[in-house]
Amino acid sequence: MSTTVQAPSRPPAPAPAGGRERAARLPVLAAAGALLVAAYLSLGIGVADVGIGDLLRPTPEQWQVLTVSRIPRTAAVLLAGAALSVAGLIMQRITQNRFVSPSTSGTVEAAVLGILVATLLFGGSSLVVKMVVAIATSIAGTLVFLQMLERIRHQDPIVVALVGLMYGGVIGAVTTFIAYQRDLVQYLDVWTTGSFSGILQGRYEPIYVVLAVGVLGYLWADRFTVVGMGRSMATNLGVHYRRTMYVGLVVVSVMAAVVVVVVGAIPFLGLIVPNVVTLMLGDNLRRVLPATALAGAGFVLLCDVVARTVRYPYELPVATIAGAIGAFVFVALILRAGRTARS
Amino acid sequence: MITIDRVTHRYGSTTVLDDVSLELPAGRVTSVIGPNGAGKSTLFSVVSRLLRPSAGRVTVDGLDVTSARDTEVARRLAVLRQDNQVAARLTVLDLVRFGRFPHSGGRLTPECHAKVEEALAWLKLDPLRDRYLDQLSGGQRQRAFIAMVLAQDTDYLLLDEPLNNLDMKHSAAMMSLVRRAVDELGKTAVVVMHDINFASAYSDHIVAMRDGAVVAAGTPAQIMRREVLQDVFDMDIHVQDLNGMRLGIFWTPGAPVPPPSAVDLRDLLAGAAEDLPQRPAQEGEPHTPTQTQTPSPDTVTVGDAR
Repeated sequence: MSTTVQAPSRPPAPAPAGGRERAARLPVLAAAGALLVAAYLSLGIGVADVGIGDLLRPTPEQWQVLTVSRIPRTAAVLLAGAALSVAGLIMQRITQNRFVSPSTSGTVEAAVLGILVATLLFGGSSLVVKMVVAIATSIAGTLVFLQMLERIRHQDPIVVALVGLMYGGVIGAVTTFIAYQRDLVQYLDVWTTGSFSGILQGRYEPIYVVLAVGVLGYLWADRFTVVGMGRSMATNLGVHYRRTMYVGLVVVSVMAAVVVVVVGAIPFLGLIVPNVVTLMLGDNLRRVLPATALAGAGFVLLCDVVARTVRYPYELPVATIAGAIGAFVFVALILRAGRTARS
Repeated sequence: MITIDRVTHRYGSTTVLDDVSLELPAGRVTSVIGPNGAGKSTLFSVVSRLLRPSAGRVTVDGLDVTSARDTEVARRLAVLRQDNQVAARLTVLDLVRFGRFPHSGGRLTPECHAKVEEALAWLKLDPLRDRYLDQLSGGQRQRAFIAMVLAQDTDYLLLDEPLNNLDMKHSAAMMSLVRRAVDELGKTAVVVMHDINFASAYSDHIVAMRDGAVVAAGTPAQIMRREVLQDVFDMDIHVQDLNGMRLGIFWTPGAPVPPPSAVDLRDLLAGAAEDLPQRPAQEGEPHTPTQTQTPSPDTVTVGDAR
């Protein structure tokens, strides 16, 4: 420790924002700009004859292709990527476990079950009805997981993740069983394997709900960080632990359920994106949430572009691409966690 | 002043706090000592709102901690638990800023920034401000948490076993910090600890608990006595007076060297220090020859259900 340092004492409260924040804002803005450019360019990809060059001066037919299919698709890609990543980020913070995410805690599986239930009860129901039911079941499913988590709190984070996977598997099995009875197994694939190929004007708009929920998540970001410091610390700082957990639970479940209803499940997304971002930027949620949203949107955009071009003019489900990349990153993260735990 | 009024807590049929009433004086360091299972931590949890007692109430300057608003209490009373195993990767600056949460709800005002800077400077954490908590040593991390509760700017500080996991040097530094926070910043500190000598050396007031009840409360001179400690810890602890500081020495039964009588030690010290005879009067001197012989446990542990 320095002995002489009564240092060139900083003037008291000089900067309302420390250097770190200002330095952190610039890359986020740059990333947002890059993402917008990439999203714009992605509008030029597709079977219909609308190239990048036509984007600025489209013919009426091209304009129709853009407004009916390509712009909705790109919007859905960005929102789904951002939402699932932010959902994972919030979930990891409030549970203090890096291996928890909507797809490793039963949230996504419960949403799929909800879609099936809505279909059985209300027939070929509208997207909005499916969404409401899916939100309800995914909140319930996540709540049960959080209850289990409280009982295995002191376990290894990887054990918790495995329990979550098994729990999701059980819900998935129930769903498949019901679907099998009603001859709906193939129908389920639409939701369990996320794809943007079905995104068209008029049947994707509910996804904008995630924007509203995302704003709520951002406003509560500090509370989530405080809750992530543990119950006693949260209580000390005057943050109601349970209430905040429940708000977080609702934010996460709504985001995940909406994405599943509109796009379908995208594996690993909510797990790997927040992990990589927080590895670089730390766990202060208010600071990393925008970066996580951008990174998630960028990652899914990349996956979608690959999915659309790799077998052009056919396309693969985005879930396949995300799963392939995500699995590698996930294994790398687990190996890394094992290493740091041992050292 | 923190007032604990007839607090009782039960887990099922076991009573862990039995009708505890206490007044913890403002502007002092109060230590809470006692053996494991004495109810210290339960009492601490009740005062810090982590636990709702089965009966009784706790007020901080007249504010009832169970019914008042969370942020209201958080502006008066800061609590640090022994288990602040914060898993989040936060920088020291982030952590200290979260101390302002009860005041600002996350939107830091200029006053908040001033308090944060003050706390960082007071704990000499300026060079470490951008470090992540997991990059700090145990002692540095403790200081970061202290900085956080100082930034919280409360009149009262509650510390639950802050000396756990700290070596002697860092324990002493920690207690000096607590002492300075009280003497220089006018805080009131309540510290739960195990080490009776740290309690004796650094506090103004000691509360001794056993079996969910307060057995004794008073100044270190009143508590650091062989018969009181025998009653609290069920163990023969010899108390020596070292220039007015009372220190307990625990002997293993059957130790090859018998405890020196207090008189012997005083003779030894008299040679070294001129001013010893002017020590505060020795009223109630516990080191009488009759007490020096080990009492049989059965006669001493009054009311101890064994």
